[in-house]
Amino acid sequence: MTLATFLIQCLNAVQYGLLLFLVASGLTLIFGIMGVINLAHGSFYMIGAYMAYALAPWVASTLGGGFFATLAVGLVLAVLLGYVLEWAFFSFLYEREHLQQVLMTYGLILVFEELRSLIVGDDVHGVAPPEMLSGTLPLGELMTYPVYRLFISGVCLALALGMYFVFTRTRLGMMIRAGSTNREMVQSLGIDIKFLYRVVFAAGVAIAVLAGMVAAPVSSVYPGMGSTVLIICFVIVVIGGIGSIRGALVASLLIGLVDTFGKVFVPQAAGVLVYVLMALILLWKPDGLFRAG
Amino acid sequence: MNSAMPRGKLIFVMLAFAALALWPLVTGKFGVDLVTKIMVFAILALSLELLVGSTGLVCFGQAAFFGIGAYATVLLSPQDGPASLAWLLPACVLAAAAYALAVGALSLRTRGVYFIMVTLAFSQMAYYVVHDTPLGGGTDGIYLNAKPALGTLLALDKPLVLYGFTLACLAATFGFLALLLRSRFGHALAGIKANEQRMRATGFSTYPYKLAAFTISGGIAGLAGFLFAVKDGFVNPELLSWHQSGAVLIMIILGGLGHLRGALIGAFAFALLQELFQSEAIFGALAKHWLLGLGLAIIASVALLPRGLVGFSGQLRERLAGAHSDVGTADE
Repeated sequence: MTLATFLIQCLNAVQYGLLLFLVASGLTLIFGIMGVINLAHGSFYMIGAYMAYALAPWVASTLGGGFFATLAVGLVLAVLLGYVLEWAFFSFLYEREHLQQVLMTYGLILVFEELRSLIVGDDVHGVAPPEMLSGTLPLGELMTYPVYRLFISGVCLALALGMYFVFTRTRLGMMIRAGSTNREMVQSLGIDIKFLYRVVFAAGVAIAVLAGMVAAPVSSVYPGMGSTVLIICFVIVVIGGIGSIRGALVASLLIGLVDTFGKVFVPQAAGVLVYVLMALILLWKPDGLFRAG
Repeated sequence: MNSAMPRGKLIFVMLAFAALALWPLVTGKFGVDLVTKIMVFAILALSLELLVGSTGLVCFGQAAFFGIGAYATVLLSPQDGPASLAWLLPACVLAAAAYALAVGALSLRTRGVYFIMVTLAFSQMAYYVVHDTPLGGGTDGIYLNAKPALGTLLALDKPLVLYGFTLACLAATFGFLALLLRSRFGHALAGIKANEQRMRATGFSTYPYKLAAFTISGGIAGLAGFLFAVKDGFVNPELLSWHQSGAVLIMIILGGLGHLRGALIGAFAFALLQELFQSEAIFGALAKHWLLGLGLAIIASVALLPRGLVGFSGQLRERLAGAHSDVGTADE
């Protein structure tokens, strides 16, 4: 392996890891703060990717915009979707057992997949990256690297920093952290915890949808994409420690590296490596790398 | 599980098994085939109920033990003729139980959601072994050349014989688990489910109990896998996929956790809902999108039946008696 290919694989690994982080961070937030096991989170990623595909012609004809206008429209729709879903399906689930939540969100997966099939169909689609980002950067003498992949990493990093800022520096973040520690206490201090949960859920959905939309040009858009991402993200959440954003970031990058280099060095066993890694980490640290705090 | 089974429950179980025994008399080939399949899944659901409902261990990797039982059936069968049931069945159960013992020994070190994920990890490992190595025929799967038999009477290639044998296995599994849960061992499991820390404080070493339950559960799942392989005559990696583990978990939650009946009811309800929504006679063109109906039915069951299908009669009684039920009233 030459230095240039090694570098390219590193960039790919980081880009994949950061993308996974976007989905996993929403999952770990909803899990750690609201205590809800949301199996349908992968569906939001799928919905995002299909939005990038299906909304683009509509946005182009009405708003005259390109990729970024589609992103903006998709984000607005995602926040609305998250807000309505929390109100309709999740608000009465908090007091119930975890397994009831599993059942409910499993039902939602089926509904989302079939609605997607009814509305858009079951074909695999490609999405073109925006023109200004479709070029490549030269890397070494022979290799090039697509600009769009760097753009993905940039978006993910910006969002990660944004989340860090909201959580540690703003009043909203303080209320969310307090709400995850003691729901009743926060409520009795006069904070509308229901509204807070709805905001967290909507934000989680929006981030997953955004991840799907941004990923669409590199991963293409296909029916089973939600469940693949869901399982990997659960692995990340558990490795990182439930509820820990920092843990999710570290675990995402770790999974990105293991998966990318696994495919290069041991292609026969690439699929299983991620799970071996998880088993080893959990046997070493049964509560994940970073315990939420 | 209550120490003495109330008469109502006993009558329900007896009636259910009687109905299953009489079913082939009133139905054709399709009905026999369908109910054989459902009974296999009912056995698998019972195996998981022992862990989730009775011990409080949520295992998300039950499909691995199921699949190992199924693959063992095909791989151990000789190429030229039918294998004897007398050694093949125990061998398949043991193979699944052995993997369960190894997985349990490691994964029981973790708890809660972490336990769920570690069991998933180990089942995914088994999945990738049969999926990516030539051992199990890769993604295409392998065929069973000759279905096992015991003498001339018990030849499992005849659908009716297989139906009877599966029913007997289901009844035996149900009876075995019912007895097990009433034994000292079963009470220990119930104690672990209620409060493991207190169990340890009272001097129980809980780990061996959990490991034993995990191994037994794996063995029973292996039995279900054996029956599935014999019924279909074909195995493929999808038997071990996490979708399969998820579906079994959904069955027992749908039926109602904490009751062996719940696993039976859940397996039947899940499969019959599938058949219902897949029926083109009722849903016409929408039958292609049958998962939509299944998903909506599952969501409705969460909203309306917080205790699962098993809890429905109790919920109804409370409502008729005018008693305030603590759950489920707000959403109706």
